[in-house]
Amino acid sequence: MLLAGVGGQGNVLSARVLAEAALSMGYDVKTSEVHGMAQRGGSVVCMVRWGEKVHSPLIEVAKADFLLAFELLEGLRFLHFLGAGGTAIVNDYRLDPLTVLRGDAIYPEGVMGFIRAYAARTLELDARELAAQAGNARAAGSCLLGALSVFLDFPASVWEESIRGSVPSKAVEVNLKAFALGKDSTASSS
Amino acid sequence: MKRALLSGNEAVALGAWRAGVRVAAAYPGTPSTEILEELATYPDVYCEWSPNEKVALEVGIGSCLGGARSLVAMKHVGLNVAADPWMTLPYIGVNAGLVLAIADDPGMHSSQNEQDSRYYARMSKVPTLEPADSQECLEMVGAAMDISERYDTPVLLRVETRISHSRTVVEYREDRLRVDLPYEKDAVKRVMIPGHARLRHPVVISRLEDLEREAEAFAAGAMEMRSSRVGIVTSGVCYQYTREAFPEASILKLGFIYPLPEKTIREFASHFHRVYVVEELEPFLEEGIKAMGIDVVGKTRIPRDGELDPTLVAQSLAELIEMDTGVKHGGWTPPVPHASIPDESELPGRPPVMCPGCPHRGLFYALNRNKAVVSSDIGCYTLSVLPPLAGIDCQVCMGASVGMALGMERAFASSETNSDQAGKVVCVLGDSTFIHGGITGLIDMVYNNTISTIIILDNRTTAMTGFQDHPGTGRTLMGEDTYALDLVDLCRAVGVQSVRVVDPWELEEMEAVIREEMEAPRTSVIISRRACVLRERRTGIIYRVREEECTGCKRCLRLGCPALVMRDEKAFVQEDLCVGCSMCAQVCRPEALEEVRGGD
Repeated sequence: MLLAGVGGQGNVLSARVLAEAALSMGYDVKTSEVHGMAQRGGSVVCMVRWGEKVHSPLIEVAKADFLLAFELLEGLRFLHFLGAGGTAIVNDYRLDPLTVLRGDAIYPEGVMGFIRAYAARTLELDARELAAQAGNARAAGSCLLGALSVFLDFPASVWEESIRGSVPSKAVEVNLKAFALGKDSTASSS
Repeated sequence: MKRALLSGNEAVALGAWRAGVRVAAAYPGTPSTEILEELATYPDVYCEWSPNEKVALEVGIGSCLGGARSLVAMKHVGLNVAADPWMTLPYIGVNAGLVLAIADDPGMHSSQNEQDSRYYARMSKVPTLEPADSQECLEMVGAAMDISERYDTPVLLRVETRISHSRTVVEYREDRLRVDLPYEKDAVKRVMIPGHARLRHPVVISRLEDLEREAEAFAAGAMEMRSSRVGIVTSGVCYQYTREAFPEASILKLGFIYPLPEKTIREFASHFHRVYVVEELEPFLEEGIKAMGIDVVGKTRIPRDGELDPTLVAQSLAELIEMDTGVKHGGWTPPVPHASIPDESELPGRPPVMCPGCPHRGLFYALNRNKAVVSSDIGCYTLSVLPPLAGIDCQVCMGASVGMALGMERAFASSETNSDQAGKVVCVLGDSTFIHGGITGLIDMVYNNTISTIIILDNRTTAMTGFQDHPGTGRTLMGEDTYALDLVDLCRAVGVQSVRVVDPWELEEMEAVIREEMEAPRTSVIISRRACVLRERRTGIIYRVREEECTGCKRCLRLGCPALVMRDEKAFVQEDLCVGCSMCAQVCRPEALEEVRGGD
C-alpha cells in the first residue's frame, strides 16, 4: 500500500496510523518513510506493507494493492506501483508544484481519468473539504484512511486506538471525526 | 516481551538504552537524527547535540574511557568531520564500549554525496555490524557494545536510510544492563605520541585477526539454504530486497561485515557454481570476497550508484539466475507495463521548496539584486539554488562556504579574466552550520585580511533536519536552559569590525546593507535574523491581490513563494498558504498586494 502526497500534507502520519492498525491485527508490518529535506513541499511517498511475513519495506512496481493519493499529480506519479486489481483512493485536490506556478511545466489534464482507467477500482473524495467539516482541513489523511477502512477487515476499535496512539492528543477528536466522514462517504458511494 | 513498530533509528536508541549506554552524542543529520532525539527521551542517559560530529565522537571517546558505555551517531558525511579522532581511536581502544552508529544515504534523499561508510571500517580496522531491520538494530547495538569491550575497540554500526526510516516489528524486554567500569590511568595505551603509537598499531592489526574469529561465530546460522543452484551473499536492507526478488535463492546474510567471516563464505560458496553479491553502493563485500580468491557476480550487474529496491535487484540478476535454474526470470514476476500512464519524466517535477514566508527567501532576493557571487553552505537555504531565485554559485559540505569564499575572492582579486567579480563574493551559511564548521573559516578571513562578506542565516534552529537545538538556541537536547551563544559577540571577538543584524523580511534594508558591506574593504558579517517560519508561523495577517491594480508583470513571482500563483494573467495569493511575510507586497511596483486580517 502506497501513500503519495506532498510534503506537509501528513502522509507520514497517516502511514503510521495504518501501520499501527495492521500491527494490532497481529500482522508482520514494515513501512518506509521520507524525512528531512524531501519534506519541504516536495513529492513524498510512504509505503506500508503487512501480511504473515514481510521482507522488503519497499514495494515493487506494479505490486501494490492500494494507492492512497493525497494529491492528484502525486497519485499519477506513483500510479505505476499499483498492481492489477489494485484500488486507488484519491483526494480530488490539485496542488501546483512551483515548476507549474512559474509556467515552466504544465499540470497534466485529466489526471483522474488516467487513474480511473488504470486502477481496477477508483474512489474519489474531497478529503480536504470533509476534513474541514470535521474541524481542520489538515486532517485530510484521516478521511482517506476512513475511505480505505471500508476495504479492509480491521475493526473500528483498532482504527480508533491507532489514531489515538499516533496523532497529537489535541488533534485526536478532529481526526476521528474526519476518519468517520471519509468512511461514511465511501460506504454510501460504493 | 513487548511488541512495537519501531523505526531503525528508534530501535538503535532503545538498543543503546538497554545495553546500558550512559553517554550519547551526535550532530543532527538525515537519516541519523532521530537516534539521539529518541534516546534523549529515556531516563538516566546523558544525551547531547554536539557542535559537530568531531566533538560528538570526542565526547564519546572521553566517556567510554571514563567507564560509561557510549553511543555516537551521525550521518555518513559526519564521519569525514570526525575522521581525525576516529582513525586514532582504534589505537588507544576503549574502556567501556563505544559504538558509532553511522547512517549512509544511498540515493541521496537528503545528502550531498553517497559515499559508502564501510570503507571507513577497512581504513580504520574497526569491526562493523550491519542490521537488516529494526529488531537487528536493537540487538546489534548490544552485541556491538559487547564486542567493543571484549576486543578493546570501537565498533561501527552501519545503517542506511531504508533501515533508519523503515518501521518494522520489534520484540524486546524493558530491562537494562548496568555497566560502570573502573578508570585506571594507562598513558602508554592512551597517549598517542609516536613511540606509543608504534607499540599500538601492531595491536590493532592482530586484533583484526582475532575479530575474524568473532565474525565466524557471528555468522553461525547466517546461511539460509534453499535452492541448490542460486547462492547470494548480502547484508542489511539488501537482504530484504533479495528475499523479495528471489524467494527460492539460498542466502548468506552477513551481519558482521568487517572483517568478513572467510570460512563461512568459503563454505557457502562451495555449494554453488556461481555466487552473487547483492549490496548497495560500492563493491565492498565483493572486493573482500574476491580477495579470498572466490569469484562472485556483483557490480558488473548491479548498479554502483543510487539505491536498490526489490525490482532493481530482480532486474539486474534475473537473466543470469534464469541460466542457473532454467526457471523463467529466475522465478521473478516482472511488472506488466501499462501503456496508459504518462512516463514519470513527462510529469512536472515537485522538488522541495522553501516555505511561504521563509526568511531565507528575502535574503536571496536581496543577494540577487546585488549580483553577488554566492558561496553557500548546507541547509534549507541551499534550496534557493533552484529557479526562480537561482542564487547560489557553489556548495560542498558543512562550513566549507567560508573558506571557499576566501579562496574565490583571492582568485578574482589577482585575475585579469575575472576582475569584474572581485569584491562580489558573499558567503552564506546557517547559524547551526556556522557553529559546526564555519567559525574557523571566519578566523582565517580576519587573520588574512580578506575582503569578503559572510552572511549568517540565523533562524534560531537547525531547521532542515527537523528543528534541533544548537549552542545558539539556549536549550539543550535534554531540554535544559543554557547560555545562548551570541553570534554578534562571537564574530566581534574574532576580530570582525562590522557585524550587522538585519531582518530578512525587510527587503530594502537587507539589499542596502548587503551592498554597503560588499563595497566595504574588510571582512564583514551580516546576521540575517528571523526565526524559522515553521516555528513561528502566523503573523495574523495575509496578503491579497487587488486584481484591478495587478499588471501581471510577475515581479512578485521572482521570490519563488509557493503561496503566489498566476491566475488569468494576474497574480493570486493562495490564502491558506500565505503567512503574511509581506515580501511580495514590498516588491510589487503598482502596490497591488494589500494586507488583510486572516491566518490562524
